[in-house]
Amino acid sequence: MAEPDVLSKYEAVIGLEVHAQLKTATKAYCGCSTQYGASPNVNTCPVCLGHPGALPVFNRNVVEFALRMGLATNCSIREHSTFARKNYFYPDLPKGYQISQFEDPICYNGFIEIELGQGETKKIGITRIHMEEDTGKSIHDLDVDTLVDLNRCGTPLIEIVSEPDIRTANEAYRYLMAIRQIVMYLGICDGNMEEGSLRCDANVSVRPRGQEKFGTKTEVKNLNSFRNVEKAIEYEISRQIEVLEGGGVIHQETRMWDAATLSTKGMRSKEGSHDYRYFPEPDLVGVHVADEWVESVRGGLPELPLARKRRFISDYGLPEYDAGIFVEEQSLAEYFESTCSALEKKGNDRYKLVSNWMMTEVMRYLSEQKLLAAEFHVKPQSIAELVELFADDVISSKVAKEIFPDVLSGKSPKAIVEEQGLAQVSDVSWINEVIANILAENPDTIEKYKNGKTNVFGFLVGQALKTTKGKANPKLVNEILTQKLQDAIKG
Amino acid sequence: MTPRETVEYVAGLAKLKFNENEIEEFAGQFQNILGYISEIEKLDLEGIEPLTHITQTENVFRDDVVTPSLTQEEALANAPKRNESFFKVPKVIG
Repeated sequence: MAEPDVLSKYEAVIGLEVHAQLKTATKAYCGCSTQYGASPNVNTCPVCLGHPGALPVFNRNVVEFALRMGLATNCSIREHSTFARKNYFYPDLPKGYQISQFEDPICYNGFIEIELGQGETKKIGITRIHMEEDTGKSIHDLDVDTLVDLNRCGTPLIEIVSEPDIRTANEAYRYLMAIRQIVMYLGICDGNMEEGSLRCDANVSVRPRGQEKFGTKTEVKNLNSFRNVEKAIEYEISRQIEVLEGGGVIHQETRMWDAATLSTKGMRSKEGSHDYRYFPEPDLVGVHVADEWVESVRGGLPELPLARKRRFISDYGLPEYDAGIFVEEQSLAEYFESTCSALEKKGNDRYKLVSNWMMTEVMRYLSEQKLLAAEFHVKPQSIAELVELFADDVISSKVAKEIFPDVLSGKSPKAIVEEQGLAQVSDVSWINEVIANILAENPDTIEKYKNGKTNVFGFLVGQALKTTKGKANPKLVNEILTQKLQDAIKG
Repeated sequence: MTPRETVEYVAGLAKLKFNENEIEEFAGQFQNILGYISEIEKLDLEGIEPLTHITQTENVFRDDVVTPSLTQEEALANAPKRNESFFKVPKVIG
């Protein structure tokens, strides 16, 4: 890797191409199921197998989903767009061409805002979003030959192409995370990079700082996890700088990221292999998106992650960190809001208590059980009730945690507290008595306290809570104990 | 590119191999086709929009509803080679 002072002489210019597999029930051009994980070659038909004479018919939902993404990323929507054939031979695409869009993608000229931390944001331009189809899967390690499963062949994709507005590997990572959140919020893609439903290629070049002209770019492929994207781009930036510093030149080429060696390698490329000979797809007519269609899609768009995060910060007074955690997953954010609206007394301090509870007890349970908040069987009303019980000093937070398993088993927090007699007792004379007894049982502690060993205080508080099974109001225990010890010293 | 080079280039893209006689024959045919296209190119098309389809129909869609697929056996019936439920092809390097 190049040294930091050498790296800082250069600036990287990065654009990402993200492929999002659409969550339609059927493929783009035929009625075969898009189900993931089926036995090999059970979801195919003459259309997706490329049999001669078979004709594609386009899935309306693909347009619908592409429009959602276009509108969510501030794109212009093209009123008339068409399909094109991208010709190449590879066994995972038996037609010999991919049906895609070329000159007139359905969405173009948009942008998204990404967060850079410390409240900073940056706009990343979206050049275009077009509709196309996925290929089948090639398996190279089960046989001496290559095996092909065509179930995925024809599954609809949108390709989201960014402007070269990204300047660091970390920005690329944040951009990709933002795109992932948006497609998940829109319900058009499950965002799973490991299963390949979201894939990313990066165009990377470097130039000396201050130079306007772009350097020669390479295309980095095989970025199959979020962290790989950042690592691969970092590596590629550093590699290009080293080549230039050594007096070499960058060749325009496709490079594969190798997660095992943490490096990129040039692919052997045959001359002319990128001549895709695009031409208009004769088997499909064009798509006309009238204003009414655009407006009906716009009307159905959900609140997007960044807008929701900002609203959580302003409306609930949440710290940026908490808001970020909740908007990460749509149903978690909804759970938080439902819980807050179920509170009897509102206010930012109570919302923060709800937030704390969700980030600790609730999320711990969800992650142990591998559940989404949408699948959580405990109603937000129960969590609100629990939070209010300790916000109102009816129970201590310790007791609240202790009864959480009972809440999980479906009981109402109020009923649990009542049944088990757990309500915190703030009866001063009772607490006075308890503490007097404890001091009587531990006369040596008063001596120790007098001699400056103030750490016995904690021990005495512990004893008081223990003998009252956590029911004594800890605030009162503290106050009364302090008073008694002061009296003893004076006495 | 000469017609002969064009034939060799396109054959390469299509992963086809031809013998000398075939290349000669196709080169001749290619030259005819390209000659005809260059005649068309002479036309004055100022102000005429490209036409990609004879019909002006748009928005022919299908509802997103699953229809039956072929069975695995039917899908693999024409495969020159197979390995159980997979199509089998010569080794492709990733």
